[in-house]
Amino acid sequence: MKETQNNIGAYLKLHWKTAVFLVVLLVGIGLADNFVDSYVRRLLNLCAIYVIVSLAMNLVNGFTGQFSLGQAGFMAIGAYTVAVFTVPIESRAAIFYLEPMAPFLANIQLPFIVALILGGLASVVAAFFIGSPCLRLRGDYLAIATLGFSEIIRIVFTNTQSITNGALGIKSIPTISSLWWTYGTALLIIIATVLLINSTYGRAFKSIREDEIAAEAMGVGLFKTKMTSFLIGAFFTGVGGGLFAALLGTVDPKQFYFTLTYNFLLIIVLGGMGSISGTIIASFVVTLGQEALRFLDEPMAFGLDLPIFRPGLRMVVFSFLLMVIVLFYRKGLMGTNELTWDFMALKYQSIKKKLGGKKTSNEGGGN
Amino acid sequence: MVVGMTMETFLQQLINGLSVGSLYALIAIGYTMVYGILRLINFAHGDIFMMAAYFTYFGIAVFVIPWYITFIITIGLTMLLGVTIERVAYRPLRDAPKTSLLISAIGVSFLLENVATYLFSGKPQAFPEFPLMTTPFFIGGLSFQPVSIVIPIVAFVLMSALLYIINKTKIGMAMRAVAVDYDTAKLMGIKINGVISSTFAIGSALAAVGAILWCMKYPSVLPLMGVVPGLKCFIAAVIGGIGNVKGAVLGGLILGFSEVLMVAFFPALTGYRDAIAFVILIIILLFLPNGLLGKKYMEKV
Repeated sequence: MKETQNNIGAYLKLHWKTAVFLVVLLVGIGLADNFVDSYVRRLLNLCAIYVIVSLAMNLVNGFTGQFSLGQAGFMAIGAYTVAVFTVPIESRAAIFYLEPMAPFLANIQLPFIVALILGGLASVVAAFFIGSPCLRLRGDYLAIATLGFSEIIRIVFTNTQSITNGALGIKSIPTISSLWWTYGTALLIIIATVLLINSTYGRAFKSIREDEIAAEAMGVGLFKTKMTSFLIGAFFTGVGGGLFAALLGTVDPKQFYFTLTYNFLLIIVLGGMGSISGTIIASFVVTLGQEALRFLDEPMAFGLDLPIFRPGLRMVVFSFLLMVIVLFYRKGLMGTNELTWDFMALKYQSIKKKLGGKKTSNEGGGN
Repeated sequence: MVVGMTMETFLQQLINGLSVGSLYALIAIGYTMVYGILRLINFAHGDIFMMAAYFTYFGIAVFVIPWYITFIITIGLTMLLGVTIERVAYRPLRDAPKTSLLISAIGVSFLLENVATYLFSGKPQAFPEFPLMTTPFFIGGLSFQPVSIVIPIVAFVLMSALLYIINKTKIGMAMRAVAVDYDTAKLMGIKINGVISSTFAIGSALAAVGAILWCMKYPSVLPLMGVVPGLKCFIAAVIGGIGNVKGAVLGGLILGFSEVLMVAFFPALTGYRDAIAFVILIIILLFLPNGLLGKKYMEKV
């Protein structure tokens, strides 16, 4: 007993900054949960969901080096699982008015948390079927197969009228408004990812990213390790999708168009492929940025008759940003570094040195 | 299952499958050539196809240029677009990790889609009609659209020309050399950048012809029209063996026939028409990962 206490004491001594940060963060979430209006709350929730899905994508693409583009599809599976199993039974007849819900599902209603986990597991099953042929091969087949898969899922969900209500989608899903669901899940997933990356598995993931042949020669089972990463990523993405459904209160196939995946791609490229903290920062930047740049889509004429600001400009800006980052800032914000206290201290020192060297210059050097 | 399927309708479906398959083949060649040389899935290829459709639409319907001149301009502009994309988005990343190149390709594709949506609006535009191509004619109780016959003929002529270029000309030999071994080809004095540019030019030209013929058959133009054909044609290239031009043609035809015939035999599955390509892809990757005509590719240490 005494020894454990000592251990905890030593641990706190070593990580007191992190502990303080966590407490501040939790208090912050608690305060935000009570005091922000519904618009900001929704936005913050969306940020957390983007953190979850982008982190899962970075685990597969950034850390393991396997190029998966199926995020929209895995999210759709998680979202539809939550939708189908949590919609109140009494409102189902009104939602499925074209064709009644399949009898084997019509009377099952599950608690949100069970449906959420079930959604993650359903994604894992789907990921297993795509992964088993594609991950055995070297090359880019995974990219095309996962992209194709997310299109197929959409097609399937549009056609299975009695389960997913087809193109009409499912409405009146019980919504979550508290920030604790999304941020709680996001925190759990961040911690799990950090632990995973620093474990034997994490080192195996990175070794595959760096050099498959060398990794294989060192005794890393390529297929099994890639599959582990891919399945874990799919689980997290499915859970993220489930939260997404519960946040919006409605799902329909159009929400899960493959362009959704490109948002997450932008996030992990901006944050740095292979950086957890970079992904988290970029998730907030991109999600809030997309909201802040909404004015680009508002009609506004420049000069005489040149409507530059009109629907679509925002997405042009975002896709252009993706290109610029890939071409000129390939490492993104963080590269493969993490935003640890040591890293920040180092950055702080170098900025201080820079400022001391040339006092007149304004460029302080980003983060 | 086979309800009311007469010999006539079956023949009609075969012709239809042949024309759809030839269109796939034309686009698949662009994928397979680029993959053969750069080992890159050129995600932007489907969107190059889409832009070609818009060029034609604007030429004929908006600027009222005669169709034969429009076709030439379209092919020229599309080639220019393909070469520019390679120059701006792929060439600077030649020594970068492959993931960056792949992301760049996705970025170009995303950018083209969004620019097209922004400039031309997301609404489908009606492609100008070609009555000569779409008025059905009859042979022994069978009705055909002339376009269904024209597509395979044009495709056949272009593919023969391409095979001639690849096998008999100097630039074709250079392409084959770069595909076999990039570094050695460079050491042998082959101008890599020129070869890659001409590969993109040829692939884009074929995509432009594919787009023109596609729009004669399905006369509607919209910003995301290139996505699904793009994915399917890459799959066609994989079926035939990626990097192999004849394989791409074979894969395109197989895909075209299986789609058309599946819908003809099982009308209940019409909604899943776009899914069949991916089912075939999974099967091919499981049992024949190098495709039908592909060579076994060993990674060198």
